[in-house]
Amino acid sequence: MATQTVDGPKRGSFLSDQRTRAILFQGLAFFLVVVFFVYIGTNTARNLEALGISTGFDFLNAPAGYDVAMSLIPYTATDTHGRVFFVGLLNTLSVAATGIFAATILGVILGVLRLSKNWLVSKLVYCYVEVVRNIPLLLQILFWYAVLITLPHPKKSIIFLNDSIFLNKRGLYMPEPLTGDGFGLILIALLVALIIVPIMSRMAKKRQEATGQIFPVFLTSVGLIIGLPLLAAIVTGFPVTFEYPELKGFNFKGGMVLRPEFVALWFALTVYTAAFIAEIVRAGIQAVSHGQSEAAFSLGLKPSWTTRMIILPQALRVIVPPLTSQYLNLTKNSSLAIAIGYPDLVATFGGTSLNQTGQAIEVIMITMLVYLSISLLISMMMNYYNKRIALVER
Amino acid sequence: MSDMTQGNAPGQHYPPGQHPDMPPPPGTVGFVGWLRNNLFSSIPNSILTILAIYLLYAAIPPILGWAFFNADFEGASRTDCTAAGACWALIDVRGKQFLYGFYPDEELWRVYVAGFILLLAILPVLFDKIPFRKLLFANTILLPVTGFFLLSGTSGSPEAILPTVETPQWGGLLLTMVIGVTGIVASLPIGIALALGRRSNMPVVRTMCVTFIEFVRGVPLITILFMSSVMVPLFLPEGVNFDKLLRCLIGVSLFSAAYMAEVIRGGLQAIPKGQYEAAAAMGLSFWKMMYFIILPQALRIVIPGIVNTFIGLFKDTSLVLIIGLFDLLGIAKTVVTDANWIGLIHESYAFVAVIYWIFCFGMSRYSIWLEAKLHTGHKR
Repeated sequence: MATQTVDGPKRGSFLSDQRTRAILFQGLAFFLVVVFFVYIGTNTARNLEALGISTGFDFLNAPAGYDVAMSLIPYTATDTHGRVFFVGLLNTLSVAATGIFAATILGVILGVLRLSKNWLVSKLVYCYVEVVRNIPLLLQILFWYAVLITLPHPKKSIIFLNDSIFLNKRGLYMPEPLTGDGFGLILIALLVALIIVPIMSRMAKKRQEATGQIFPVFLTSVGLIIGLPLLAAIVTGFPVTFEYPELKGFNFKGGMVLRPEFVALWFALTVYTAAFIAEIVRAGIQAVSHGQSEAAFSLGLKPSWTTRMIILPQALRVIVPPLTSQYLNLTKNSSLAIAIGYPDLVATFGGTSLNQTGQAIEVIMITMLVYLSISLLISMMMNYYNKRIALVER
Repeated sequence: MSDMTQGNAPGQHYPPGQHPDMPPPPGTVGFVGWLRNNLFSSIPNSILTILAIYLLYAAIPPILGWAFFNADFEGASRTDCTAAGACWALIDVRGKQFLYGFYPDEELWRVYVAGFILLLAILPVLFDKIPFRKLLFANTILLPVTGFFLLSGTSGSPEAILPTVETPQWGGLLLTMVIGVTGIVASLPIGIALALGRRSNMPVVRTMCVTFIEFVRGVPLITILFMSSVMVPLFLPEGVNFDKLLRCLIGVSLFSAAYMAEVIRGGLQAIPKGQYEAAAAMGLSFWKMMYFIILPQALRIVIPGIVNTFIGLFKDTSLVLIIGLFDLLGIAKTVVTDANWIGLIHESYAFVAVIYWIFCFGMSRYSIWLEAKLHTGHKR
């Protein structure tokens, strides 16, 4: 780079130099983008002035003045828009988290069943996947909501499990666990178990690498996670009682209730995403070449070991990246809550608060940034996981 | 057969190696054998089979009964539906709205013509061995112009051949197709440009493209539609106002363009570096290299991914009902608010679900067919 050729061919116009052109082109592109944003900015400022809307984030401290149907934190209509934001965010996160959890389980089961040697089961799962994948999610959400709100009245509830769970048009009523004295000890026991398990598995791995002795990590982990809290529960005398929902007048009192909006949204998100996850799992397992399992069998590994130690680790490498994008999709799709009135972030903060304050730009920008950060956070976590399980190449 | 009976007969002797083949044991061939191998090969498998059969038994007869055997197909309002099942009279009476929304009756021929042109335009894209392919391609390229003038009209006076039909009158499947086709047509070139920008050596261009793509892919489509319906009017100078549908189209196109860009980038990355170098060695300029060498190969690899993006886009068009446009799903939601048809929401949703399903399933089958076709002789 240091030596410049002086006596090269005669230079043409300076425009024919690639680097000059690149700089010019980029300068032009940058300039155009800046002009675009300045143009929009001045227009917006003028329009907002004409409409008499003041910009800024002061509205977050103004009282919201409307009720939210479902809230995980205490909320009344006199609270601020800022609090509405957190109410909505928590609702979004709760439906996304439960949806991801359920969709993963259902999707993995379906994906494995799709590969089953059982012709009927495999074809059934195929039909499920093809039907669910090819119908818009919004339609499915609206459909399940329509199904739920046309269920019978509370007096004619559908009853599950011997008078403890009731399903009717007002929602899903379940017994609520009430914690008594000493419940903290159970939580501490669970925490201790969760800390011990990874340490134990690491030690077991080290020992196996050094001596070849195998320690039953899985069984011990299950035993610890169930056993320790159980022991604590026995010591404290089972400090959990259940409050059962009871029919009083026209509605149920007591217990926990999941509103039909939540159930419909959660169910539709789960069913829809599980279809995609099933296909991802199937493709991932099929991507592991047949020779791998044959080699494992010929080494004398049991079928369960072959699956756990040979097939799954290799399949996971194929499965994880598309699985991440499904998790992201589910989180973003939870914003369709607005169509059925589930009070998520978009429906409360991005909908009602926007209409009441008129602060369109601030509200939409905050909402978008929240989703953007959730997306980046999930993909960062999954990238970390992906890096850990990635093929170590020489 | 005679050999077999002889073979079983006692006292029959054959020279070594001359014994006729014995028939396979009963239960390993034929229908019973198939059942054993595929449905009842082990105890867990048999349990699964029985569960699946029970599931089918529990689900299929009620659904068929509701949809066909106990359904009413004719009538003028829901009170005419006396059977226990579905009331398809709704579709019979309101079918036009499902298909065209509130498009005026006397102008419906324009929708039919536009639909026919669209059909002709799709053919040369889908299949490469059809007659008059060049002519049809010309039609495809002109489609945005012809379609726009056909549907929205040329002049406001009612005497004109094509009087204006305002976009709020568009609806139903027509609107869904307009949004879907526009999104598909617009997102491909924008997506290619973004993908090239993302792989460019120029840092400023690359940063801008990456920011745009990652931003759009990180937010839900609804927020972008909200942006287009609430924020865009604030961005424009006073007196200038975009049509609501146009704003929505821009939002949908930019949204799917970001996804398209990522699909195409995958194709660009799969092209070996030698192809770029060879093109550069031949003295091709950047655009010539892309147009003649790289893009034809890259796009061909990612056609299945592109079709999948189209399927997603087509399903996502249903979101426009949230900002108040009456697409297929919006109409399905609206027609049952009519006092004559109130409460028939299941029929309405089922009908549009079938329409969406046919389109999306058709596209996915096409993508699989194409993948199989392209795969021959293209394995590395």
